Order: sequence, then C-alpha cells, then structure tokens
Amino acid sequence: MADTSVAHAHETDALHQDNGSAWEGAKEPFKASYGKLMMWYFLLSDAFTFAGFLIAYGALRFSTPTWPEADFVFSSFPFVEGHLPLIFVTIMTFVLIFSSVTMVRAVQEGHRENKNGVVFWMFLTILGGITFLGCQAYEWTTLIAKEHMTLSENPFSRHIADGVYLNPDGSEMRTPDGKLKTFAKGDNYLLHKHNGKFEIPLVKYTTGEYAGQVMEAGLGPKAFGALFFFITGFHGFHVFSGVVFLTIIMINAASGLYVARRNGYEMVEKIGLYWHFVDLVWVFVFLVFYLL
Amino acid sequence: MAGHQTYEEQKALVFRGLMILGVITVVEVLVALLAKGHLVHGIRFTEGFGHYLYMLLMVGFSLYKAYFIVFYFMHMAYEVRGLVMSVLLPTLLLVWAIIAFFQEGDSWGKRRELIRKKNEEVVKPAPSKPQGMYRLPGAKYYSTTKG
Repeated sequence: MADTSVAHAHETDALHQDNGSAWEGAKEPFKASYGKLMMWYFLLSDAFTFAGFLIAYGALRFSTPTWPEADFVFSSFPFVEGHLPLIFVTIMTFVLIFSSVTMVRAVQEGHRENKNGVVFWMFLTILGGITFLGCQAYEWTTLIAKEHMTLSENPFSRHIADGVYLNPDGSEMRTPDGKLKTFAKGDNYLLHKHNGKFEIPLVKYTTGEYAGQVMEAGLGPKAFGALFFFITGFHGFHVFSGVVFLTIIMINAASGLYVARRNGYEMVEKIGLYWHFVDLVWVFVFLVFYLL
Repeated sequence: MAGHQTYEEQKALVFRGLMILGVITVVEVLVALLAKGHLVHGIRFTEGFGHYLYMLLMVGFSLYKAYFIVFYFMHMAYEVRGLVMSVLLPTLLLVWAIIAFFQEGDSWGKRRELIRKKNEEVVKPAPSKPQGMYRLPGAKYYSTTKG
C-alpha cells in the first residue's frame, strides 16, 4: 500500500496542486528538492561564518598602524630561492578553478545518467582538491617552520616611518661601503629567529611622530598569524571535508547506487554545490589576504 | 534544471567559465603586482587615490567571479525567483556588517594612543568618607538585647 502511493506520488503531483493541499507532501517549495534547498541554506549560513572571519580580519587591520604586505609575506615557491610574490597562491587559485570546472562536468554527466562520466570527472575533482591541500600544506610549513609565524607571534611587519638601523651600541649601522643602512616608511621586514629568540633590531626614526627616538623594530601585528591560520585553516578544512564527501559519493556513483535512484544523480549535484562554494569562499580569501 | 540547454551548450558554458575565471584571476594578480611596484620600476599605487581605485577594482573583479560561480556553476540563474531571493537577500546584511565593523576598527586604531595611556594610568583611590554609623533623623532604634 505504502509502496504504491510512493510510486504514484509524482504522477498525482498535479492533482495535489489543484486541491491546494500542501499537507499531503510531494510538493516541492521553490521547485527544488529538500536536499538541494537545505544545501543552499547551509551554504548561506556558512557564508556568514566566513564573512564573520573576513570582516574580523578587516576590522583588526583597520585598527593597526601597520600591517604585513601580502606580496612580501607570501612570496616563497617550492624549490625556488628568492622572492616570487603571489605566484604560488595564484597556482593554488587555478587548481581550485580547475577542480570547480571538472565538478560542473560531473554534474552535467549526472543529468545524462552517464555513470562513467560522473566517476571520471569526480575523480579529477578530488585530485584537484588534494593538490590544493598539498599546496596549502607547503604554504603553512614555510610560514611555521621557516619563518616562525605562530598563532601569537608574527615576524612580518612594516616600518611606520623613515629611519636608519642602529648597531647594538647605539651608533648608526653602515653597509661595508660606508653608506647608512636606511629604510623608508612602509618597507617590509621579516624578523629572524636565532637560538629560539627573535633578533629585534634597533632603529632610529627620522620622520613621523617618533622622529629622533630610538626604538625596536619589533614583531608585527599579533593578530595576523591567528587570522591567517584560522581563516585559511577553516577554508582548508572545508576543502578536506569536501574531498572526503566527494570520495564517498564517487564510490557510491561507481557502485551504481544513483542509477537506481533515477533522479539525475542529484547527490552529485548537491556535493557540487558545496564544492563550488568552497571555490567561492576562496575568491574572497584570495581577495582579502593576498590582493588587498 | 538547465533542461533548456543542449549538451553542447552546457560544455561550451564550462569552457567559457574556465576562461572567464582564469583570465580574471591572471589580470587580478598582474594588477596587484603592478600596484605594489613589482612590475614596472617606479610605478606603484599604494597610497591615496590610486590605492582606492586599485582596491575598488579588486573587489569588483572578485564580486564578478562570485556572481559567475553562483549563477552559472551553481545554476542559480535557472532556479525559481523565490529560491534566488531567499539565498541572496540575506547576504545584504553583510553590507551593514562591513560598514559597522570597519568603522569600529578604524576608530579603535585612531584611539590606540589614548587606550594605551588609559591602560597605563595609575588611578589613586579617592579619599573615602570616614566610616561609621549614621543615624537617620527621627529613626527609632530598639535594642534587641534585654537588659
């Protein structure tokens, strides 16, 4: 009895709408299935979480006289010495774009009920996700192990005024050819650790409100490290859970589970929405952390 | 769902999406490197009007990428109006959040010196009044112990 009513639910759909009875089921609000609709609302709430993080970043950045410059902080590249500003993170962005595109293809093949197509394109999507996570692991490793950034200590900063570096005895520092070692307002610097302690140089500013005073060019804004690790970490966690779900759904698809459901591989469509959202968030993380 | 498109059209959309997102990203990075003085020696937009223009451009590019992903990759363009509105309208609250929190951060930044001074300020306690019993006029007091 119950089985036959389910089987006929779709055919009698028009009838239910004529009766205007919303309580008998089989009526989809917004012409979207329950799962898809709820995925949209989950993504909306997730967007607010990310927005909260990014707005906190903005507010703290506005409240600080200096802030590390992205093209100085993010300038390392595997196996390459020297500064390559923003190049590595651009590659990461492209990895995510590619995996988003392969996801679109998987959803399209799902609509055509093409099992092999779905599995093939989902596999490429998963590879993209794993590549992105690998890139992020490299980025984090460089920042933590090489540059000693932690949740509470940030070795990157910028000078707040023009000035000159001083020797420990207070005399002005000179290069081997006798020139003063000066710096300009806004110049970036990275403090290095020596025997477990940051080497903090003495400087004398020549402009600005601290002109003439001897000061330490100390650690940068403390919040930078925590914000970076929390925000990119939260995004990376989304990528990681996306890879897990994609893998599960790919295995289900390969096993023929969704063929039996005859709903155009809707599960693939739902994880597709999530995966595009991860790419969408990266657009804004990229904007806020690396471009502005 | 996107039923009005042929398979060929769908594949063309995917290729177009790849091109749009890729080209915008490359342009963004090139503009960022130019603005920060890495491409052409002596040219940089890190202060004043040029900097605002640069930031506006970056935000514009990103919003366009977001629009493209949501409307075409996530098929928002083919959903019914109610669904589109119920997802997109709430995000307008973020406009308020951005304005409010950035202004708060800015004001905090401007008062940093004051906050530091106030934190270091040593407040001497005000001389207190002599402690003791005060009897209200007309009040009656009864002894609780019987003599």
